[in-house]
Amino acid sequence: MILDEKLEAHNLTRDEYDTIVSKLGREPNDNELGLFSVMWSEHCSYKSSRVHLKRLPTKGPNVLQGPGENAGVVDIGEGLAAVFKVESHNHPSFIEPFQGAATGVGGIIRDIFTMGARPIALMNSLRFGPLSVAKNRSILRGAVAGIANYGNSMGIPTVGGEVVFEDSYNLNPLVNAFCLGIAPKERIFLAAAEGVGNPVFYVGAKTGKDGIHGATMASAEFDEAAEEKRPTVQVGDPFMEKLLLEACLELMESDALVAIQDMGAAGLTCSTCEMGARGGMGIEIDLDKVPKRETGMSAYEILLSESQERMLLVAHAGKEAKVEAIFDKWDLDASAIGRVTEDGLLRVIADGRTVASVPNRYLADEGPVYERALERPASFATQTEVHADDVDEPSDLGETLVQMLSSHTIASKHWIYEQYDHMVRSNTIVMPGSDAGVVRIKGTPMALAMCLDGNGRYASLDPYLGGASAVAESCRNLAAVGATPIGATNCLNFGNPEKPEIMWQFSQAVDGIRDACERFGVPITGGNVSFYNETEGVGIYPTPVIGVVGIIDDATKCVRHHFQQPGDLIYLLGETHDELGASEYLKAVHARIDGRPPRLDLDVEAALHGLMKDATSQRLLRSAHDLSDGGLGIAIAESLFGPLGETMGAAVAIEAPRRADGVLFSETQSRILASVAPESVDTLSALAERHGVPLSRIGVTGGERLDIQINGTHAISEMVATLRETWWTAIERGLSS
Amino acid sequence: MKANVIIKLKSAVHDPQGETIGHALAGLEYDQVTSVRQGKIFELTLDVSSKEEAASMAREIAERVLSNPVLEVFEVEVED
Repeated sequence: MILDEKLEAHNLTRDEYDTIVSKLGREPNDNELGLFSVMWSEHCSYKSSRVHLKRLPTKGPNVLQGPGENAGVVDIGEGLAAVFKVESHNHPSFIEPFQGAATGVGGIIRDIFTMGARPIALMNSLRFGPLSVAKNRSILRGAVAGIANYGNSMGIPTVGGEVVFEDSYNLNPLVNAFCLGIAPKERIFLAAAEGVGNPVFYVGAKTGKDGIHGATMASAEFDEAAEEKRPTVQVGDPFMEKLLLEACLELMESDALVAIQDMGAAGLTCSTCEMGARGGMGIEIDLDKVPKRETGMSAYEILLSESQERMLLVAHAGKEAKVEAIFDKWDLDASAIGRVTEDGLLRVIADGRTVASVPNRYLADEGPVYERALERPASFATQTEVHADDVDEPSDLGETLVQMLSSHTIASKHWIYEQYDHMVRSNTIVMPGSDAGVVRIKGTPMALAMCLDGNGRYASLDPYLGGASAVAESCRNLAAVGATPIGATNCLNFGNPEKPEIMWQFSQAVDGIRDACERFGVPITGGNVSFYNETEGVGIYPTPVIGVVGIIDDATKCVRHHFQQPGDLIYLLGETHDELGASEYLKAVHARIDGRPPRLDLDVEAALHGLMKDATSQRLLRSAHDLSDGGLGIAIAESLFGPLGETMGAAVAIEAPRRADGVLFSETQSRILASVAPESVDTLSALAERHGVPLSRIGVTGGERLDIQINGTHAISEMVATLRETWWTAIERGLSS
Repeated sequence: MKANVIIKLKSAVHDPQGETIGHALAGLEYDQVTSVRQGKIFELTLDVSSKEEAASMAREIAERVLSNPVLEVFEVEVED
């Protein structure tokens, strides 16, 4: 094959190839070219995003491990650490939704237990095209079943997440999986190979031709049927991963382990050279000793295979028998495939010959870094604020509310989360369908709250605001359950970074995330970037998804999102402006996707979080619900619906100098809806004044109806049961269409 | 007319179920079994008049409904 074709097949540019040649002082052989191809890919090297990601705040008093390891680690007190990360599996989930989503969950779980943590909670952020398209329905069904299959089999509860529907994700779904684990603070394992002569073990499933990157397609050496030449979809085996989890955690209790890393993207290649580079060491591996699923695999295929449920570890010399005994107990293979060397090289042996020999740091640390061109798209400047007066006033707001509750983005996601086991391990305090998932930390009075949020529509119209609002909304969700944020992880889903407009979106979103994280004192401890999310040349909405983890010191102070008692007073914390730009109301009711997203004043937002912290720790709130998609109207409606089918009515009366639809559906940021027992009202008012947060009493809970009056005029009067039925069944109805 | 649709995973696709069965066989001391791959069979009874018609209908059903072309391959056998 001539060089240009070979480079194209390996997705390397001529400049990148020349760099490789000058670093090595020779031409790479085919195996080495494969190593560079995967390690210098966007996915592994972050070559387009690295210059921007450097701007994110990654340090904080509680951060034990920031970006660069398998997952971030944050001190949560009581001698414990929370280990968490979010990662995308978008493209595989489009090709084969069930296995793609399942292996996404499997991959993120491995990232967590690799660090020495026992995974205790999962979440996922899912985005699909409209359910009116049959293919989107099948992607949704497959992805959800795949997530359920993997998480449920592993016995880890899925406690929350988000599901969004937009045209922009038509045939380009986003599947971002999050996992959180708990480890003793003193026993975090890192992935740096150390100690010359220490044995390198391969443990877990055998290597097959799974997911070998597209380059092999073009090598035209196979003679099987054409369809079999395509890269093979990875198939997950959660029961194997469960064994691997238990075996690894047991090994970590022993004194045999030096370092450990899972084999994810780029498999054996990535784990070997990254572990070597982190420790400044070399690693020699013999491919003949790698357990294989099928015969006749080439060195190239073994190095690049992405077979699931495999780990690479470095043990202390002399402790080999201990490693083997533990893995034997769990019925798993552990093969010593190599050793740590001092020369800094990744040396690969096959059939007694050296088939690749490259310095680890060239592969892992010295990949290309691009400062790609940025260009603000012309459409950005034309976005203006949209006010209620800019659209026709609906004649029947009750009907409008029903229409909004039927929007698949707003409707109940129970059809989805009921497929996930959300109670296993019996620590889940707040279940999916709420502002945040909350899990108890057994043996302590604490609970951890976590949520995943993003708004691609906001980010497409103003990427800076989209990034900042995602952080603000996540932190607000945690504030609503009574938690204080301690760390965050991000998954940045964008289009083609070689397009200046996409790169501008990316840079803006990173700035927005940075500013919000700095203001709220929440460091980013890790995450993932997914570029090239395009179908037929059209990019998805730029979609930064933020996962935030927070602590509730006393789990009994955790607050629910739904009204608890009749006769409680309903308060709106924060101020409402007439901001309909980019709103769900504009899209669902007026079929418009435009306008400036709602403003975000970080100081106003921070004041609200401060008020919530004091109010929840003094147990002043009976319920609290963050305002986001659909604004106040939707927040009121959702507060009427309990998670187990219980409902409560409300009588609401609001005075505001604007039209009723602007009051109900404006998506002004920095607001929370709360219900308060009458005896707590004075204390709450004093607190709100001290924090400088406007507080308005807008109603009282009770009854079986939702009655809303605005400026003295009747706006909505509906039976709660009818509203709930609409909201509860909208996705099922969409799936059966 | 009867048509059997036999569905197998593509040769390079990981088969955890087959591996588990293989592992169980090894535990029962069937040491000569070196590999197990599992699949499924659908027996279709078709009201058509020719073997050719049966084969083409079974193939269409196998391709569109019964198999997952990303992971699986199929064969069709027609009985009289």
